[in-house]
Amino acid sequence: MTTGELLLKQADLQAARKAKFAGRKFINQVALVMSLLAMAFGLLWLFWILLDTIVLGIGGMNWTTLTEMTPPPNDEGGLANAIYGSFLMVMLAALVGTPIGVLAGIYLAEFDSQGWLASVTRFVNDILLSAPSIVIGLFVYSVIVFRFKSFSGIAGVVALALIVVPIVIRTTENMLQLVPAGLREAAYALGAPKWKVILSITLRSARAGVVTGVLLAVARIAGETAPLLFTALSNQFWTSSLAEPMASLPVTIFKFAMSPYENWQKLAWAGVFIITLAVLGLNILARVLTRSKI
Amino acid sequence: MTKPPPKNKPRSGPLADRIFAWLAKGAALFTLATLMAILVSLTISAWPAISRYGFGFLTSTSWDPVKQDFGGLVMIYGTLMTSLIALLIAVPVSFGIAVFLTELSPAWLKRPLGTAIELLAAIPSIVYGMWGLLVFGPLLAQYVQQPLQSVFGGLPYLGALLSGPPVGIGILSAGIILAIMIIPFIAAVMRDVFEITPTLLKESAYGLGATTWEVVTKVVLPYTKSGVIGGIMLGLGRAIGETMAVTFVIGNFNQLDSLSLFQAANSITSALANEFAEAGEGLHQASLMYLGLVLFFITFVILTLSKVLLSQLKKNEGLKT
Repeated sequence: MTTGELLLKQADLQAARKAKFAGRKFINQVALVMSLLAMAFGLLWLFWILLDTIVLGIGGMNWTTLTEMTPPPNDEGGLANAIYGSFLMVMLAALVGTPIGVLAGIYLAEFDSQGWLASVTRFVNDILLSAPSIVIGLFVYSVIVFRFKSFSGIAGVVALALIVVPIVIRTTENMLQLVPAGLREAAYALGAPKWKVILSITLRSARAGVVTGVLLAVARIAGETAPLLFTALSNQFWTSSLAEPMASLPVTIFKFAMSPYENWQKLAWAGVFIITLAVLGLNILARVLTRSKI
Repeated sequence: MTKPPPKNKPRSGPLADRIFAWLAKGAALFTLATLMAILVSLTISAWPAISRYGFGFLTSTSWDPVKQDFGGLVMIYGTLMTSLIALLIAVPVSFGIAVFLTELSPAWLKRPLGTAIELLAAIPSIVYGMWGLLVFGPLLAQYVQQPLQSVFGGLPYLGALLSGPPVGIGILSAGIILAIMIIPFIAAVMRDVFEITPTLLKESAYGLGATTWEVVTKVVLPYTKSGVIGGIMLGLGRAIGETMAVTFVIGNFNQLDSLSLFQAANSITSALANEFAEAGEGLHQASLMYLGLVLFFITFVILTLSKVLLSQLKKNEGLKT
């Protein structure tokens, strides 16, 4: 092989390498642009939905929205009873669900974090955490509504509480596990009994995290519609009695948005605006809480 | 000298301890009991339908409350089809978002963008549903369905796939709305598992001259494979169990006479949401309960799979570090 041929071959090789490199670079650039587009695509929906919610929601809002009862079709009215019903049921569900969730979280983190009962509980909790909420509704229907032959606010509270429990369990356990072992040992060394160590040392130092879990749970159930459809049902009037069907914001929105009446649709947008504002507000509050404390 | 502590103080510890431990254990058992109670009560309520139809229920397309003849295939098809469309859209987009957040985004943008995506997950599904029905559906009909129909409408198979009244509700709209809903879930899991890839591995690949795309597909993705699939399963579980977003836009139509993407249909969840409160006690209600049980079973299997896959990743992680 002469030197000339060798040089030629080397040049070929180099050209081939360069082409290959250019090809790889091109693929890389295409892929990265696609990834940028995917990000933009994801954000597009967020802004589009929020924009429509704000514009149409504020368009449907006025003072009577907050002060008057849900109207019959083509009549003036507001969402007062639905807002009140939602508020009442969400608060009660959080009050019922939180202690159970916190206690079970304590059990998983402090009493038996490796045993079989804990592993099974964790697994079951994950299943319940992502179980379709409408199935929870069916369950509460068949144990409460069917038995007592009446839709009721209390059934709605139970359904929502069943959604709160797994969320609170998960966050409580995670937060308790972040508490350094030294803190517990110091308390034990001072002679404190276990319940006292847990309640006034570990749980206390994980407080912000646990509160965050509860806030997230409240945000989740505030927007839940499916479990209320056949438990609390709805009610056209103001009621504080938990034994009667109770109106809630999501179910009212569902009913109004699906209707052909213009005033109902307007109220539905106002309701969606209120719910979105509340849920996003709670989420942002929860984030701020965990960021500053842990 | 201080007063000696009261004699009974140390004794109050163990008793209170036992009560407290008992309460905590009770709360943990409560969770197990809930799952059991859900399964048992749904089975009991669905029993009239289960004993009458058996597994034939799953393959029958008739749903006739007047003649009292029920079968679940239409709804099961609707559920699976909408979830499939949702996954087809959501998986590539979520992958792109996760790649962007872990490899491309400047550090100061990571947090706000990640938060924005997570907020998308927090928006209640009823908002998606209503927006889909009143805003997105009409746009889809006007700018996608009508042009497609006018171009491909005459073709034999494609035409059938696109037929249907141009109102913007049906399988495709439901699938797209579901996709928007599950993108944040899948993207968040993917981002989290991508982030656990050891930096050393990635830097070795970069050091050998790999491009970002090659690092992602040949190093990060193989390392996090089971986690990524777990995340997709998690999204699928969401999509299958989602109620409101689907109920608004799927059209509540109980017949399966065309496979068109624009055909109004029904999913398990939307059938439950629309019919359950009005269904008379008896076979109709039992059949709906049966559907609920099928739904719970499907999500149970999918979630179990996703959990197993995600925990596998954790195990590997432990072995390698």
